[in-house]
Amino acid sequence: MPDGNNKSLTFSVRKLRKSFGPVEVLHGIDLTLRGGEVHAILGENGAGKSTLVKILSGFEQLTGGELHISDESGNSKQIDAWDNAIAEQAGVVLIHQEFNLAEQLTVAENIFLGNEIKGRVFLDKKTMRAKAQEYLDILRSDIDPDATVGQLPVSAKQMVEIAKAQAKNARVLVLDEPTAVLTQQESQVLFELIDRLRQAGVAIVFISHKLDEIKQIADVITVLRDGQLVGSYPAAELSKDDMVRLMVGRELSSLFPEMPKVSETAEVVLRVSNLLLQGNSTASSFELRKGEILGFSGLVGSGRTALMETVLGLRRAAKGNLGSVEIRGERVDFKQLSAARSKGVACLTKDRKGNGLLLEKGLVFNFSLFSLHKISALLIDTKQEEIAFEKAVETFDIRMKDRSIAAGNLSGGNQQKLLLAKILEAEPSIIIVDEPTRGIDIGTKSQIYHFIAQLLASGHSLILISSDITEVIGLSHRVAVMYHGEISGVLVGDEIEEVEIMRYATGLKNKNLHQEILDKSGTSNAKA
Amino acid sequence: MPKLDLKTAGPFIALVVVFIIGVLVNDAFLSSGNLSNILARSSFIGIVAIGATFVITAGGIDLSVGSMAAFISGCMILLMNALMDSIDSMLVIIILAVIASLGIGALAGLINGLLTTKAKIEAFIVTLGTMGIYRSLITYMADGGTLSLNFTIGDVYSEVYYGVFLGLPYPVWVFLGVSVIGYVLLNMTVFGRHCFAVGSSESVARYSAINVDRVKTATYMLQGVCVAIATIIYVPRLGSASGQTGILWELEAIAAVIIGGTVLKGGYGRIWGTVVGALILTLIGNILNLTDAVSNYLNGAVQGIIVIVAVYLQRGAWRRD
Repeated sequence: MPDGNNKSLTFSVRKLRKSFGPVEVLHGIDLTLRGGEVHAILGENGAGKSTLVKILSGFEQLTGGELHISDESGNSKQIDAWDNAIAEQAGVVLIHQEFNLAEQLTVAENIFLGNEIKGRVFLDKKTMRAKAQEYLDILRSDIDPDATVGQLPVSAKQMVEIAKAQAKNARVLVLDEPTAVLTQQESQVLFELIDRLRQAGVAIVFISHKLDEIKQIADVITVLRDGQLVGSYPAAELSKDDMVRLMVGRELSSLFPEMPKVSETAEVVLRVSNLLLQGNSTASSFELRKGEILGFSGLVGSGRTALMETVLGLRRAAKGNLGSVEIRGERVDFKQLSAARSKGVACLTKDRKGNGLLLEKGLVFNFSLFSLHKISALLIDTKQEEIAFEKAVETFDIRMKDRSIAAGNLSGGNQQKLLLAKILEAEPSIIIVDEPTRGIDIGTKSQIYHFIAQLLASGHSLILISSDITEVIGLSHRVAVMYHGEISGVLVGDEIEEVEIMRYATGLKNKNLHQEILDKSGTSNAKA
Repeated sequence: MPKLDLKTAGPFIALVVVFIIGVLVNDAFLSSGNLSNILARSSFIGIVAIGATFVITAGGIDLSVGSMAAFISGCMILLMNALMDSIDSMLVIIILAVIASLGIGALAGLINGLLTTKAKIEAFIVTLGTMGIYRSLITYMADGGTLSLNFTIGDVYSEVYYGVFLGLPYPVWVFLGVSVIGYVLLNMTVFGRHCFAVGSSESVARYSAINVDRVKTATYMLQGVCVAIATIIYVPRLGSASGQTGILWELEAIAAVIIGGTVLKGGYGRIWGTVVGALILTLIGNILNLTDAVSNYLNGAVQGIIVIVAVYLQRGAWRRD
């Protein structure tokens, strides 16, 4: 356990750059971490936070810039080679969002995993157990070093991770969204622990989307936007509203085509009322009108995909769900995606490789997989299949070397167009598109926006889930924002702008709260 | 391009090579009696393997087919012997037994399917379990010995195995019929496409509105029906069933499927490859019978080597892609 003597610790990056292939994602970041300081890193999805912490902890290589770290006596020197092993040697330890623990082993065994203390021949289990107990004591944790990790609750697992970091003599501890998996109470326990580590001189990097938490524990806040450094600020000087403004603040691009208007009296094609998702306590309600595009914004993990997949029958609703889904006024309860499809509802998955396309299969095979029912009686009409495919290649401008390649050999953008063609071939009238432009180039992005505009013009209705906030603003007629599994607000007109969306996405604002108060007084009146 | 041809043609080339070896080894190999015997014998494994092609293509595995065949044989024999007292027409008795056989096969497949999909137990474990259950049941039914079909029925029923149409034994025609139906089903229907898709990626299949559980269960039922068909033509051959019936059929069936170029991890299957695989396996056994150079007892060893080599070649071809 480091004691006060390395308060002089500094770990800094200068002009740090990172490229994946030809795409640069971090454009010259400066950052200085100091012993005894909690340094929060703040930014929207895709701002570059994860890449930055992966570089700090040696999981990714930097492509430009310098790293400096001070030694025990406080002399800073530049680092030449940097990888995960070297980083841990230097005392920089990352605690992943997904824990890196061997579930079948005990707490003590995990703490010393890869770092075992050996006797002459065998492992010195006794010493390791005693040391593990010591680390846990310092953390004031009552976890039993002999407990099997798989049986522990999430918060205890996190504690084991931190103890493990101590066994590696961590001087810089990087916590990537540590509270995402914790309850509020557990988070408070974690914060007390962070505070003790801070007093012991550890430099702590803390990533969280929850502004309250950052306000509570951070000493310094660094804001990133689109891979650029916005600035580093003393935490005391920033209000939560400042944080949001610094994270957002950029111009809307002119990437987006003109969207056809929707009349207020247009038919409601999809009505979701009080649908209760698994693991949630708040039910969700929203409406989609014919010809409308309803954007869904929110931070990663806010429950947008889960909500739509529950509507579609890809996930079960929570037990005791009393909500309902109506398509054009008809009550439906989809158990299978095929049932949704037959009512004209389809979705474009955000996980193109995992859920969207069979990468090792051919293009035609992938193209027709969602619409085979249209071209087959007893047997599949392959001639018709071929014709439909050729037409789709034309319509969606799918570019390929030749027709016989596997889907996995298409470029990302063309894979996305093939996936869009696959879904639209089933002729749905309500289409849920989830992150339709993630990881594709700007040219294809603009093409996809134009397809979307055409779909609306021809009477389709769309739900657009996107973590790209400019995309949501640029395309949507209305924007529903989700926070912690509930729709915290449906924004219309002038409300649809970045700062306001981020306020709802980070829980600063919530339209339900007034609603709830009304509801509660309503029920109590009813009871009375 | 040539590598693609090699992948498709590989099993056929192997069949020709084995056939030529047969010709060189013994003159008797080419006799019409021997050839039709080879075809008839390969029918059992072949028909079971057609079913296995569907299961494996959809990403599953069925180890229970050998014991299932023995169990269905036992049920058929017991049923026919029992019906002797109440029904006069031998033909009616046999037809009833055939229907029962198909029903038991489908039901056994349904059980395997539901256990893997609904109870979410790995197919390997489920079918290892049912394999033990059916093997034990047939041994129990035969009281550790042999169940024999009543002689009078056996006489009528034996026509199914020994009868000849257009110079070929009936089992060969059944094998051919099952193969053609299997080919059409796997390659030309929505169900077949769905088998490929489910075997490639269950999550992509689910997001493509495919009822994954239903497709997988259907493949196990299809496998059960194929086992039943194989049993229907196998029972009249010996007219008996015991704890030794159908031993190691599951491995021969899986071997035939793999030699034929179907991918064990699922996602890709070939019916004609499976047919050729079954023929190769039977040919090897036959050739070893006809020669003194290698002991017939080494039949299993030779089959094992062939399977390993086949998979090795398959992998090589995949890697070059």
